[in-house]
Amino acid sequence: MSPVGLLYSEVEDDLRASVRALLADRSPWNAVLARCETDQPYDAALWKALAADLGSASLAIPEKFGGAGASWREAAVVAEEVGRAVAPVPFLTSSVVATAAVLAIGEAAGEAGELLDRLAAGRATVVLAVPFSCAPDEAFPESARADELGRLSGTVTSVADASVADLLLVPAMTESGPALFAVEAEAEGLKRDGATCLDLTRPLADLAFAGVAGVAGVAGRQLAAGDAAVAALSHALRVGAAVLASEQLGIAEACLELSVGYLKTRYQFGRLIGSYQGLKHRAADLWASVAQARAVARYAAACVADDDPDAPVAAALAQAYCSGVAVRAAEECVQFHGGIGFTWEHPAHLYLKRAKSASIAFGTASRHRAALGRLVDLPAA
Amino acid sequence: MSLLERIKALLEEHDPAGTPRTDFLRARFDAGLAWVHFPVGLGGLDAPREQQRIVDEALAAAGAPDNDPYRIGIGLGMAAPTILAHGTDEQRRRFLRPLWTGEEVWCQLFSEPGAGSDLAGLATKAVRADGSDEGSDWIVTGQKVWTSMAHEARWAILIARTDPSVPKHKGLTYFVCDMTDPGVEVRPLRQLTGEAEFNEVFLTGVRIPDAHRLGPVGAGWAVAQTTLMNERVAIGGGAQPREGGVIGMVAQAWRERPELRTAAAHDALLDLWVQAEAARLTATRLRQQLAAGQPGPEGSAAKLAFARLNQEISGFEVDLLGEEGLRYDDWSSDRWTTDRPTTVDFAGRGAGYRYLRAKGNSIEGGTSEILRNIIAERVLGLPPEIRVDKDVPWKDLAQ
Repeated sequence: MSPVGLLYSEVEDDLRASVRALLADRSPWNAVLARCETDQPYDAALWKALAADLGSASLAIPEKFGGAGASWREAAVVAEEVGRAVAPVPFLTSSVVATAAVLAIGEAAGEAGELLDRLAAGRATVVLAVPFSCAPDEAFPESARADELGRLSGTVTSVADASVADLLLVPAMTESGPALFAVEAEAEGLKRDGATCLDLTRPLADLAFAGVAGVAGVAGRQLAAGDAAVAALSHALRVGAAVLASEQLGIAEACLELSVGYLKTRYQFGRLIGSYQGLKHRAADLWASVAQARAVARYAAACVADDDPDAPVAAALAQAYCSGVAVRAAEECVQFHGGIGFTWEHPAHLYLKRAKSASIAFGTASRHRAALGRLVDLPAA
Repeated sequence: MSLLERIKALLEEHDPAGTPRTDFLRARFDAGLAWVHFPVGLGGLDAPREQQRIVDEALAAAGAPDNDPYRIGIGLGMAAPTILAHGTDEQRRRFLRPLWTGEEVWCQLFSEPGAGSDLAGLATKAVRADGSDEGSDWIVTGQKVWTSMAHEARWAILIARTDPSVPKHKGLTYFVCDMTDPGVEVRPLRQLTGEAEFNEVFLTGVRIPDAHRLGPVGAGWAVAQTTLMNERVAIGGGAQPREGGVIGMVAQAWRERPELRTAAAHDALLDLWVQAEAARLTATRLRQQLAAGQPGPEGSAAKLAFARLNQEISGFEVDLLGEEGLRYDDWSSDRWTTDRPTTVDFAGRGAGYRYLRAKGNSIEGGTSEILRNIIAERVLGLPPEIRVDKDVPWKDLAQ
């Protein structure tokens, strides 16, 4: 195996500082919480600032396609900060997963098309219409179908960020096999029902397609078919799994910092509670797990950035490991804070809900362990 | 002269094929190619540490002998950096060359039966032979334990209490102890694996000249920090390929023996595989940080993870083997008498040995509990342990 760089570059440090400053200014946790209680959980202005003004949406898009020509490595740094701030923005779904799908199709076709232009400019929010729990190694979904005119019917449930999408990428079965379609979110015959979700900061929606027509423009346009569609879908989900690990790292870091901050200020029995080994040792273990999650998440981001042959292993490893670290960090954050950590007015629950939901996103840890068994030749019983 | 020119000159003047091993190693030391980051004249070139790899690879390729670094690990990893940092010019000149060539093996006389994690509480005492005269010899009496290589060592680094009337950290002094002194008695310490890697060392009226004191009287704790910091770097930081550790042995058994597989064991194995790979990538990242001049505290995380994982994986392996897990490869007595191991042989021994030996990983080189204290206090900035003995004269402490 070639040595893969696992450190942050200076460019990445600068990018992180910009994103962190923006999120701290525009999306502190109490603003996130207040927004979650309205019917507008997304912050459209913040998303525009992050995607278009800061250019986060175009990081992984090559310059020849109008992007910034950076890579998934830099996108992963943005994901860390989005996780750290539990920010209600469709960065992972649009700028990572859907962008990876469109890029895969564009690279195969040798041209970018109008869709990639809009993504690169941060002008369109695009979402891949699969359940958020869909894993990279799952069979091509068959819950949506397309007729010979490209008219879609059927349903897709639990699609993350679908309610704010301008455009949906819909995997659907056709007479001749799997295909990927682009559908305008406002297309006639498409119904988007917001679901009531465990995670308040990344809403899901159920989609129902009732003969959504393949009319002029991009609506209902078939982007890819056959093996190209299957490959684009699994590639996009794999990049999503790899970059989600960085978001999970950000969640875990934020939970550790919140916890340590509290352990240093809360007195009980006349002592700072952080002086008790029962707590300080757990904090030390958590710190060690976060340090490991950082190495694993960096490795996954680097592998998908470089199209490394080890990318499938790296992405499965990242979800098998970082999912659990983020959940444990959030659970410990609640417990370290005691009663206040169990209240609505404390940010711990925002992290807990996002971490727990993220651990199911793109497949659970146990599903990724099973995938690793196949990838590294450790066969099942 | 460039590094490569120095290597070439050494090889030309001392053909490895025709030069006795010790002569070659001495010549290599004198050419500054022993440890290039050491000073000129002491086996080094004042060069960056990462250039050592170039020397090692070039000389290995030329068929040159090495100094058997595993056998003399304590000398190289702990005694040498301490002597370099705190020794006099005379001490450096006397000790470093035969230490590096392996002509003189070193051991470490730190831990005691009554001073494990609380090393600073140690009781071995050193007193001046002629009362309080400056410059006179020291007489050392006490008991040390967990001493690897004491039975082969020529010298030891030793901490002893020179002033019991002050708080524990302040009354210590650091010495170089002659292991051939008639007052030194070394006994093998048989451990739960059945073998004896370690020794107990009884010191009875051992005479140490004042010239073998390392650092000022009473400064032993500060000097020891150099040794202990280097010990933590030495444990758990090595480069490993994927499946390079104990996990590789379990994975091999899984692949070769389908009859052992169950569904529950499959998920458990993959969970351990994931953790082992995470630990490996963390160690890789740590090395990249060091190479980039950004040393971080992640080394203690690596050591914690290494200990826990080795224990979990080796325990899983014994379970997986079923009936075979009931057996043990070797309890024979010569493993602690005549044929004692000089390194920990995880790969060459059975699963039962790995399971038992791994129990030491969370104790040796700093227990996992002490490591968690260190991380919590020095990395996370949490309140320090309450130390009731900090300001009390050592002689007044409960022993």
